[in-house]
Amino acid sequence: MNINATLIGQSIAFFLFVWFCMKFIWPPLTRALDERKRTIADGLAAAEKGRREQELGEKKALETIKKAKQDAAEVIALADKRAAEIADEAKANAKAEAERIVTAARADIGQEVNRAREHLRRAVAELATAGAAKILEKEIDAKAHAKLLEAVMKQL
Amino acid sequence: MASEMLTSSEYIKHHLQNLTFGRLHDGSWGIAHGAEQVKEMGFWAIHLDTLAFSVGLGILFLFLFRLAARRATAGVPGGLQNFVEWVVEFIDGTVRGSFSGRNPLVAPLALTIFVWIFLMNLMDLLSVDHVPTIAHAAGVPFLKVVPTTDPNVTFGMALAVFALILFYSVKIKGLGGFLGELTLQPFQAGSWPMRLVFLLPNLFLETVNLIAKPISLALRLFGNMYAGEMIFILIAVMYGAGWLFGSFAGLLQLGWAIFHVLIVTLQAFIFMTLTVVYLDMAHQEHH
Repeated sequence: MNINATLIGQSIAFFLFVWFCMKFIWPPLTRALDERKRTIADGLAAAEKGRREQELGEKKALETIKKAKQDAAEVIALADKRAAEIADEAKANAKAEAERIVTAARADIGQEVNRAREHLRRAVAELATAGAAKILEKEIDAKAHAKLLEAVMKQL
Repeated sequence: MASEMLTSSEYIKHHLQNLTFGRLHDGSWGIAHGAEQVKEMGFWAIHLDTLAFSVGLGILFLFLFRLAARRATAGVPGGLQNFVEWVVEFIDGTVRGSFSGRNPLVAPLALTIFVWIFLMNLMDLLSVDHVPTIAHAAGVPFLKVVPTTDPNVTFGMALAVFALILFYSVKIKGLGGFLGELTLQPFQAGSWPMRLVFLLPNLFLETVNLIAKPISLALRLFGNMYAGEMIFILIAVMYGAGWLFGSFAGLLQLGWAIFHVLIVTLQAFIFMTLTVVYLDMAHQEHH
């Protein structure tokens, strides 16, 4: 329990230890701690950013789906309209064609009727002429009586 | 026990004797074999056991922390790094709390003081007999394993801290500022004649104030650890007083050891905190 040179030795050792600690221990440790703090802060910030981006992406996806659905509905409506139009057109075309065919057929029939009537008229005229000749017992001069015959034919 | 042949008083004296190396009365250098020889050696002697244990523990501290510092990464810390970082963050927080200036020395200083004193104090928990007995068998006559029960250690550290206080006081405030601090308070006066009147009382009070810092630092640590060690020795004496007292002593030792863990940590913490506070005062222009 005496004060002696141990005191000086202890002081010197103390300064040496403090110097060593200040030089080789404290800086790397605090640097590592700061670095880790920074890394963690960065990680948290990145996670937050990622979360926000995910939210944004989900929102965007929902919007896209909604828009796609809308577009699809529009396309379907358009297609329905177009189909109806095509059907109407086809119907109208068919009707017109039918009318055309009917008209042509009617014209043909009219022609045939006229022709038959003409034919009949001629036959009746000949028959009448022949009948008249028999009655008169003499040949009617066809040339002389052509005018008369024409008039008779017209009356039939 | 090696002390069975000794009386209690001799046993205690033996336990309080350092292994001292110095100049013996016949002029040669050697190890003292008793209190008289130690006295004859005077100031120029050293306590080999004290220095060996304190420097050894200091090197152990530096080795462990250097190991962690070299491997320190910003990634996931391992066991040792985790522990070291915990200590460092604790010290850093304490220093930030009580030191307002900017000085890269203070935090490492606080770390060194805390861990080193803690380790030296912790030696107190080794049983008082075993290590000296082994040393005795190896031919070493005296061995004190707790460096902080040696006033040389506590005063050595306190004087080193005192030197830092003086150094930074002069460095930050200048010699004039520091002397002004010593002479112009606590009694303050507006005029020069009155200041001269107050000069001597102020100088006396402030000098006492200044000197009290290292002395209280050293004596607080020394007193606590010395008293703790003394109680361990007294409990150990009880072991020789029959099985009844012996078993009671065992219980006492356990209780005291558990309580002492608190003192060990607390004294290391107080020494560190006061050092930081004193240095903070040295860094402030007016306080």
